[in-house]
Amino acid sequence: MNHAADLPLWAAIPVALLLLLGSGLALTGSIGLLRLKSFYERLHAPTIGTSYGIFCVLLASVIFFTVMQSRLVMHEVLIGIFVVVTTPVTLMLLGRAALHRDRLEGKDPTHPVEQREAAE
Amino acid sequence: MRRLFPHPLMSIALFAMWMLLNETVAPGPALVGLVLAVAAGWVMTSLRPTRSRIRRPGVILRLALHVIVDIARSNLAVAQVILRPRKDRRQGFLRVQLALRDENALAALACILTATPGTAWVEYDTETGWLLLHVLDLIDEDSWISIIKQRYEQPLMEIFQ
Repeated sequence: MNHAADLPLWAAIPVALLLLLGSGLALTGSIGLLRLKSFYERLHAPTIGTSYGIFCVLLASVIFFTVMQSRLVMHEVLIGIFVVVTTPVTLMLLGRAALHRDRLEGKDPTHPVEQREAAE
Repeated sequence: MRRLFPHPLMSIALFAMWMLLNETVAPGPALVGLVLAVAAGWVMTSLRPTRSRIRRPGVILRLALHVIVDIARSNLAVAQVILRPRKDRRQGFLRVQLALRDENALAALACILTATPGTAWVEYDTETGWLLLHVLDLIDEDSWISIIKQRYEQPLMEIFQ
């Protein structure tokens, strides 16, 4: 990618902004993994990276390669589709595994909030 | 026609994917893609997937637009929760009774809910139709339920009726 300097300014600015925004969102998701307290809360953090985080990076890639090669480069769309379609699989697997473990240990976290608050 | 293309939508999608990966409209790769798409349709038949009829392209478009906007909003909301934690934030589980029964429609709903940061699909009971969700910022349970039912489930039922 040593010819990246050939990119005209009007394309370089949106590409740089989108890359910054996308990686910023992915970073926020990773910080969330560190900061959030419970396992179920931490399930939510990486989805920032797999939704608009990846979307911004892919859009930057589309603009960059379309301008550099002077033709429409669109196969990034496939990455986006596959990420959206496959994340539920891992997420549900992790969520259900955690729920199963909690239930085995006799502390089902899914009781309605009111009941749990009343019990406390 | 049905015998040749048992799964027309899937064949078209596969062909489009092949062309995107090859990044060309040359006849050679197109022919290979065509053969692959048709053959994959026959393979799918022996797997016996649940068939759904997909209708109402207008509703699909509107739903897609809603989802794109909602995901953007919840990206910001979750980023705020992470970067500027509030003391009064309440996380918790949410139960929703779904009327949606079509397997493919449920898969689409799962993709929407998991792609949206802030809601995670945890468990679904195929017999009773109860869906268990985990919500990161549970302000008002009833408004979450009505969002899911009216904004996502209703259009999905119209599409996959």
